[in-house]
Amino acid sequence: MTAHDWQLTEALYERLMMITFMNSSDSEEEACNERTSLISAESPPAASYQDGLQAPEAAETQTYRKRHTGGSCSPSDADSGNSDSGLPVRDIAVDNKEEEELTLKYGAKHVIMLFVPVTLCMIVVVATIKSVRFYTEKNGQFEVLKTYNVAMDYPTLFFVIWNFGAVGMICIHWKGPLHLQQAYLIMISALMALVFIKYLPEWSAWVILGAISIYDLIAVLCPRGPLRMLVETAQERNEPIFPALIYSSAMVWTVGMAKPDSASRDLTQQTWDSAEDMREINDNPAYVESEISEARSPAPTHPTTSLIEELEEEERGVKLGLGDFIFYSVLVGKAAATASGDWNTTLACFVAILIGLCLTLLLLAVFKKALPALPISITFGLVFYFSTDNLVRPFMDTLASHQLYI
Amino acid sequence: MTLPVFFGCSFIAFGPALGLLLFTVLRDPLRVIVLVAGAFFWLVSLLLSSLVWFIAVKASDPGDEPLQKGLLIFGVLFSVLLQEAFRFLYYKLLRKAVEGLVTLSEDGCSPISIQQMAYVAGLGFGLMSGAFSMINLLADALGPGTVGIHGDSQLYFLTSAFMTMVMIFLHTFWGILFFHGCETQHWWEMAAVILTHLIVSGSTFWNPLYVGSLIPSYLLMFATAAWAYILSGGCTRNLLRSLRGQQSETSPQPGS
Repeated sequence: MTAHDWQLTEALYERLMMITFMNSSDSEEEACNERTSLISAESPPAASYQDGLQAPEAAETQTYRKRHTGGSCSPSDADSGNSDSGLPVRDIAVDNKEEEELTLKYGAKHVIMLFVPVTLCMIVVVATIKSVRFYTEKNGQFEVLKTYNVAMDYPTLFFVIWNFGAVGMICIHWKGPLHLQQAYLIMISALMALVFIKYLPEWSAWVILGAISIYDLIAVLCPRGPLRMLVETAQERNEPIFPALIYSSAMVWTVGMAKPDSASRDLTQQTWDSAEDMREINDNPAYVESEISEARSPAPTHPTTSLIEELEEEERGVKLGLGDFIFYSVLVGKAAATASGDWNTTLACFVAILIGLCLTLLLLAVFKKALPALPISITFGLVFYFSTDNLVRPFMDTLASHQLYI
Repeated sequence: MTLPVFFGCSFIAFGPALGLLLFTVLRDPLRVIVLVAGAFFWLVSLLLSSLVWFIAVKASDPGDEPLQKGLLIFGVLFSVLLQEAFRFLYYKLLRKAVEGLVTLSEDGCSPISIQQMAYVAGLGFGLMSGAFSMINLLADALGPGTVGIHGDSQLYFLTSAFMTMVMIFLHTFWGILFFHGCETQHWWEMAAVILTHLIVSGSTFWNPLYVGSLIPSYLLMFATAAWAYILSGGCTRNLLRSLRGQQSETSPQPGS
């Protein structure tokens, strides 16, 4: 495999966060080392998100930089061919700094792109917990319709549930609108979290949360950790990621190209195709290297450097494993269910988890190697749950009873 | 009770803050992160002050009423001081962040300035403080009940909502003042922030004599608002122009 092909493979590769025990996830740790060594002459790659998050933008930043320097290792890039060979050195330095700043901006943007689905999932879980008493009762039949006093006949029920399931299968495993897929993934993560909250005994849930964070840490960072080994194996085989285990937030581009509308349609189309067609694409390295390049093929004009930037700006998405959604929601949902009716605890856990996610992404940008995303958030969440429930609640209750404000 | 009170009180308390959020913070990812981190810092300060109060209460005699009252007063004052200490710590952190952003940017200008961060940080503190004061009340307001049936004030929810709103605003302006004081080494601005915070929290000890707590707080809020506005570069001419809907002559730079 030439260096160019290797780069293509890496660009195709996506990082995953550790999913739950049932799933395998990939991380690009080796790829990161490989990539860093390939481009050691240039500024370090930024924000290659950890094994839970995919970093197509980091991959593309690398390829972008490579193109700018004329690709010291790559003989030819099929899509950008002759547009960059004449770039002066001065521009390269500027572009590198620009890229770093851009990547930093994207770092913030990606954090927000993760905040939103995580928040939505938690809101669904907390709302269900607070409204449907099934989840806080020790036993009892789950009858949503009875709880809400809705009359429904069996055929309608069957029809609705069948369609829900069928549309979900289609849009997750095949093609479908991005937002619908995201909505389904959030819904099933929320349902899974609700299952955990309902059926795990009181202390088992907390212990499991702690244990799985430690497992995440060990499995991703230890040299013989199972996830690292899985990553290496998956890399060798160039296997795509199982789509039902990843939440993807890829943006649709709106940059003016030759045919913007058809291009954007092609992008979403090809984003979905990429998962299926990865094997074919790999066989034909001159064709595409990633979602960006696939979408560039319908517009054969050679884009200027600014357009390339804009393309990469608009198209970078971030992916997050569903296991993290589930466990974050379990923590917040348990806080809502068992913290003696106190909303402050739920709010505190929510903020703690968001900050943990933020810190994890920051650490990733600093260390530039695959990091697990569960430990920091779950640790913060657990600390804040127990301390808010036991320390802050009495204080705030006493203050509220005297109507004092701090 | 129930829905009208719930919606009324929540919009009184959080309406202005929501407007500020929607129009100034939620568009920019960096500001959202600064906001959430500000909320986190406030939360940590609350945690530590509750810990201290909790230990003090557990170590003392629960039947001794004046002692408990004294411990509560001590708890409030300590919490205020700790909040301001954490505001200072957050300032230090944001200062480092701005320096990092400046070195990374190509034109020596960070995408967000320390003044914007001061505003967003203050708003984060205020929102978290308001949420912790108000959310449980709102949840209770949704259910059945009669306010003040045991002889307490019937205006409890309403005054709590107004107090929460003024606290959110105050935190925002305190953030601007405090950060400006740290930036320009004007220690009196920082002292003013701490003093006014202590005064406002102390005035709530007048509750349920609401005239003793709400009016001073609102007056202080308007005063700090004017001070913060002047420190941020505003002038009366711009204010009048904005009220008349005209463009100001010297519009501020995006980075400032």
